[in-house]
Amino acid sequence: MTTPSLTTASTHYGVSESGYYGDFGGAFVPEMLYPNVEHLRSVYLDIIGESSFQAEFAALLRDYVGRPTPLYFAQRLSDFYKTRIYLKREDLNHTGAHKINNTLGQILLAKRLGKKRIIAETGAGQHGVATATVCALMGLECVVYMGAVDIERQKPNVERMKLLGASVVAAKSGSQTLKDATNEAMRDWITNPDNTHYIIGSVVGPHPYPDMVARFQSVISEEIMRQLEEKEGRTYPDYVLACVGGGSNAVGAFYHFLDDARVRLVALEAAGKGVDSGFSAATTALGKPGVLHGSRTFLMQTPDGQVVEPFSISAGLDYPGIGPIHAHLFSAGRAEFHAVTDDEAMQAGKFLARTEGIIPALETAHALAYLEKLGAKPDEIVVVNLSGRGDKDLQTYIGGVQERPH
Amino acid sequence: MTTIHVHNRINTLFAEKKSPILSVYCTAGFPHLEDTVPVLEALQDSGVDMVEIGMPFSDPIADGQIIQESSTQALLSGMTTELLFAQLGNVRSRVQMPLVLMGYVNPVLQYGIERFAASCAEVGIDGVILPDLPMEVFVKEWQPIFQRYNLHHILLVTPQTSDARIAMLDEVSSGFLYAVSSAGTTGGALSMDDARTTYFERLQRLRREKKIANHIMIGFGIHDKASFDAACEYADGAIIGSAFVKALSGTSPEQIQSKVQGFISGLR
Ligand SMILES: Cc1ncc(COP(=O)(O)O)c(C=O)c1O
Repeated sequence: MTTPSLTTASTHYGVSESGYYGDFGGAFVPEMLYPNVEHLRSVYLDIIGESSFQAEFAALLRDYVGRPTPLYFAQRLSDFYKTRIYLKREDLNHTGAHKINNTLGQILLAKRLGKKRIIAETGAGQHGVATATVCALMGLECVVYMGAVDIERQKPNVERMKLLGASVVAAKSGSQTLKDATNEAMRDWITNPDNTHYIIGSVVGPHPYPDMVARFQSVISEEIMRQLEEKEGRTYPDYVLACVGGGSNAVGAFYHFLDDARVRLVALEAAGKGVDSGFSAATTALGKPGVLHGSRTFLMQTPDGQVVEPFSISAGLDYPGIGPIHAHLFSAGRAEFHAVTDDEAMQAGKFLARTEGIIPALETAHALAYLEKLGAKPDEIVVVNLSGRGDKDLQTYIGGVQERPH
Repeated sequence: MTTIHVHNRINTLFAEKKSPILSVYCTAGFPHLEDTVPVLEALQDSGVDMVEIGMPFSDPIADGQIIQESSTQALLSGMTTELLFAQLGNVRSRVQMPLVLMGYVNPVLQYGIERFAASCAEVGIDGVILPDLPMEVFVKEWQPIFQRYNLHHILLVTPQTSDARIAMLDEVSSGFLYAVSSAGTTGGALSMDDARTTYFERLQRLRREKKIANHIMIGFGIHDKASFDAACEYADGAIIGSAFVKALSGTSPEQIQSKVQGFISGLR
């Protein structure tokens, strides 16, 4: 089994030699992080291009993660929306989300870099669990930073991480969510530059992270192409829908279609209580270009350049930025971005549970909610990236989670 | 070393003062919004040689808890880049020592690079430190502007920085070179272990070999007289940040003068 995804990049939307997607990206890191980031940049393509790396990655994706994940034709959902809907079942991956595609790739890289200690940030806890899992698999020490608010609303994942042998450290600054956990992870890396690798959980951060994570996630669209060919006799859908926190599941689902103008790429952001409510995480609607966490991208911020605390019912989308590749896809008009409210997402999640017997993650539910507005024709093919399962969100679904005070 | 030709107070300081140079970091608008200039005045009265005025940012990844919290407090009080320049509008009638602004890239980008440099020149800022602005980006997009406004841009080196890169950073840096004492964020405590002496001696050697042309100031972890003296054995001076911010925390406007005097005299 080969993994051509790792070594092919989009002609028009891939990263440039200097780490930019159009005007976005770069590596805005303090000098303390320069040696690590620069070393990673200089070796990542060679390492992931090695046949031994690709063989190990492919074997573990198959035998440990359970790939390929099914591309499931959702008959009842299709009947309801009067179009042809496929669900890419990333929820069926080991640990329940797409996140492990990336953590597995990065842990193999970290091993080759000789790193002994792994750090990560997490929002919903899915990336934390996926990181703790591969650390257990490889016998490496694992420290996960998580916002204190997220620790409260994603308790089952905190317990899972601990069970897997990771230590979970609460980020208590700022909004105490994903952005603050990312700050803490970066401070840890500054403090432990020699023995530690930072496994970033999305297509964010300084170059080469966005490109590296995109390549590890690109297996999603690679499989979609193959599976559609089997089922529909064509290698591309008319639409791909995915939710965007940082944007890793979306990039994974878009990757091999980026240069294919026949495919409409639809990214769904979290509107929270509404784009104009003051409680939102809809970055392209509310943000302006700025620099956070090592890259230039769209950022929710005050006129003074202070980062605004985002809001979403779903912890994995509660982030004030987006990956630089998405900032570029948005600016270039290659992907369309829409915002979905907390309520719309909740309803769509519950609807999928009753219609197809699949409880999706609240993050994913944002993508499903847009099916109603998409306006796809009966003979068109829509792929929704079902980025994760909803077990972690049970308390929120049944109304047992207190909304955080604001 | 990038040369800034005209009169600049940092150049004068290093040219005229041979004894260890004491630079102090304070957060703008801390402990109270209107304390920025009174703190600067008190620092000057206490005999401090240079000050770094921290521009608060919501996500200061190179800073430890003390400076994070002072930044949050200043932002909650209403500090902005615009307000800071307004506060500093008249500062040169009262404060003569070199003043450096230290902060993060994003607020400066939103203010506008050219506008920022112009405001610095207008109020009498001598240099700028932006830890998350990579040297490569600075050279391409910022340096021509900074040079037009005679503004020093001070770069950081760390124990992990290779000799070759130190030489490159020194080439671009002007005013002085900021040597981060150890791997870590601000607010730690300097420990003079073997790794520390090896690193500091490496910097001294590079200076002797003229691979570093700038003066060197050591910062991060300098928190008392002992650590200040230890750092100054190896450099032109040292920078005290978190320890000073911590000392100021909770100080009323009336107590600032005496609090600052007390803290600084403890270093002498
Ligand atoms: C199931 C699921 N989907 C989506 C996301 C959002 O991340 P990204 O935009 O990087 O895919 C998360 C993040 O935690 C997640 O757990």
